[in-house]
Amino acid sequence: MTAIKHFFKTFFLWELVLGLKLTGKYLFARKITVQYPEEKTPQSNRFRGLHAQRRYANGEERCIACKLCEAVCPALAITIDMEEREDGSRRTTRYDIDLSKCIFCGFCEESCPVDAIVETRHFEYCGDVREDLLMTKEKLLAVGDRFETEIANDRAADAQYR
Amino acid sequence: MIETLQNLLSFLPEVVLSLVIITVKILAIVLPIMGAVAYLTLAERKVISYIQVRIGPNRVGPRGLLQPIADALKLIMKEVIVPAQANKKLFMIAPVLAFAPAIAAWAVVPFDEGMVLSNIDASLLYILAITSMAVYGVILAGWASNSKYAFLGAMRSAAQIVSYEIAMGFALVTVLMAAGSLNLTEIVNAQQGGVWMWFFIPLWPMFLVYYISGLAETNRAPFDVAEGESEIVAGFHVEYSGMTFSIFFLAEYANMILIALLTALMFCGGWLSPFQGIPVLESMFSWVPGIVWLLLKTSFFLFLFLWFRATFPRYRYDQIMRLGWKVLIPITIFWVLLLGLAIVEGWGPWFG
Amino acid sequence: MAFELIIFYIFSTILVGSALAVITVRNPIYAALFLVLAFFTCAGVWLLLEAEFLAITLVLVYVGAVMVLFLFVVMMLDINLAPLKEGFIRFLPVGVAVGVIILIQMAMILGPENFGLEKFAMPVGQGEDYSNTKALGRILYTTYVYPFEIAAVILLVAIIAAISLTLRKRPDSKKQNVADQVKVRREDRVRLVKMPATKKDEVQS
Repeated sequence: MTAIKHFFKTFFLWELVLGLKLTGKYLFARKITVQYPEEKTPQSNRFRGLHAQRRYANGEERCIACKLCEAVCPALAITIDMEEREDGSRRTTRYDIDLSKCIFCGFCEESCPVDAIVETRHFEYCGDVREDLLMTKEKLLAVGDRFETEIANDRAADAQYR
Repeated sequence: MIETLQNLLSFLPEVVLSLVIITVKILAIVLPIMGAVAYLTLAERKVISYIQVRIGPNRVGPRGLLQPIADALKLIMKEVIVPAQANKKLFMIAPVLAFAPAIAAWAVVPFDEGMVLSNIDASLLYILAITSMAVYGVILAGWASNSKYAFLGAMRSAAQIVSYEIAMGFALVTVLMAAGSLNLTEIVNAQQGGVWMWFFIPLWPMFLVYYISGLAETNRAPFDVAEGESEIVAGFHVEYSGMTFSIFFLAEYANMILIALLTALMFCGGWLSPFQGIPVLESMFSWVPGIVWLLLKTSFFLFLFLWFRATFPRYRYDQIMRLGWKVLIPITIFWVLLLGLAIVEGWGPWFG
Repeated sequence: MAFELIIFYIFSTILVGSALAVITVRNPIYAALFLVLAFFTCAGVWLLLEAEFLAITLVLVYVGAVMVLFLFVVMMLDINLAPLKEGFIRFLPVGVAVGVIILIQMAMILGPENFGLEKFAMPVGQGEDYSNTKALGRILYTTYVYPFEIAAVILLVAIIAAISLTLRKRPDSKKQNVADQVKVRREDRVRLVKMPATKKDEVQS
């Protein structure tokens, strides 16, 4: 009996029909496409995007040139030069992040003792030439100034889990 | 329409006049095919993406309807690159050899009663002969590219096409036995009298064999090892770009449409209405022209092509060869003998 | 008529030209392709003779199948032309002798005395509804049915012989039995076993 059933099943390609039924069902399923520029998926406040350097409320830059981020960076994307400022504080003279090397692991942010280098939620940036993707200290500080409230809110929201 | 043209151009000598009329007829067949090919690519992308719960192309034009035109423009603009070590002559001839048979086969395809460019007696044989030449384009493309991927793809595709042609030929033999003619118009007319008279019922396994061989002949999924992205990049046309590539593409899709149309003609009653012989429905739908039924059936088989591509994983190469030689050909030979018996004994309503 | 004559001469020129090219071109791939062209134009000439079945069969069998295999072989072989030409002078006398003998034999038979126009009248063109396919089938299955069947049997024997020559059992090769694989059901392979859940510390003790 099973042999006969099996024979007819192969004759009418039953297994293939089952497969077609499954895919045929999905033909009418609700589509899950996110139409990107108009629609966006929700973002976590821990999103690791474009880098920024933060300042204290009084306008003083946070970075103290401890070079922990440079040491921890697995992609060797960070280059830091340091010198003493006139007031005797330890400051960077150069802080470069090569975005074409960066793997956005977030270790720099983790390692920073003063929360100076952070990663923002922004990922829609581009450059016409490679140099545009080399973030200098000025560029990083500019990004930080622009998104300071957002960065602060994200850090505050995440503070209780740290 | 042809008559008005004839009257309009009656001042021309007879030879020139018939040439003009034949050319107009050819254009009336080829241009819609090109359009159908363009929109078949869109339909393919749309159907597959819908099955994969995506939306598919929807940016160019309303709902992506102008996408094929954008694609065509892109391909026309692109540079045609000839590899440095390639055999230039054969490299450029190969797409032509793939394309010409794909179009030439349409010469004998009837679209409705009497609506055929060349109503020759052995039209089925003609189609078989012409489509069997398409393999040269593939082989030459693979060899002339001087690339290992292309060559491997060409070898696979050629071996596959040659082997499945046998099963396909036998399936056609059963059709011509059942219809008693090699002429496509007469084959359709032999299926007169309602859905139960269509050949897919008495020739059910042959119908499957023909469609499966058709899939294999056109190198479509699940028989697309000739393209095998994961192993040989794109098969025989890796080295082609721009217009030369799109000629191969056009040929492949024109072949797909041809196979679908032939399946509709030979097994599903062609332009015959599916409501033939049903009392009320027949008169209700009698106003529908035959070509609409034919195109509807063709579209259904084309949709099946796309549906299969979205459903089935690619066959392994040795399994393809096994299916062709050890499964399909024995079934067809058995069915030829059985059909001979059925015709002699006059079984069923079909051979009575 | 004149139109057909023009077509005939065009096709004949291509046919003779490509046939010459088959034996003169250096590249074996080109030679094979010219042979394809020769077959194809030959089919065209046959069509002019109202032998459409034979013409299509020529394309189907020779162009569609035989020459594909030829091309396959020629492409796979890495033919080095230099050693092929080495023995040219040495084999020249034999080659010339064979060629001359064939030529003489052909001249003895293929003359106007045997194949002249008076021996074979020019066939008259048939009407529009004349089917070459039907006529051929009628002759094959009535007058020549025995030779036809014998030829078919010989071909079948040749196929079987060719297959059996290449068929050899290889004990070391593993192959699948697809029929068995397809027949397998879940019940044959999977056994569901009920087991009581065990606690972590029970396992450790």
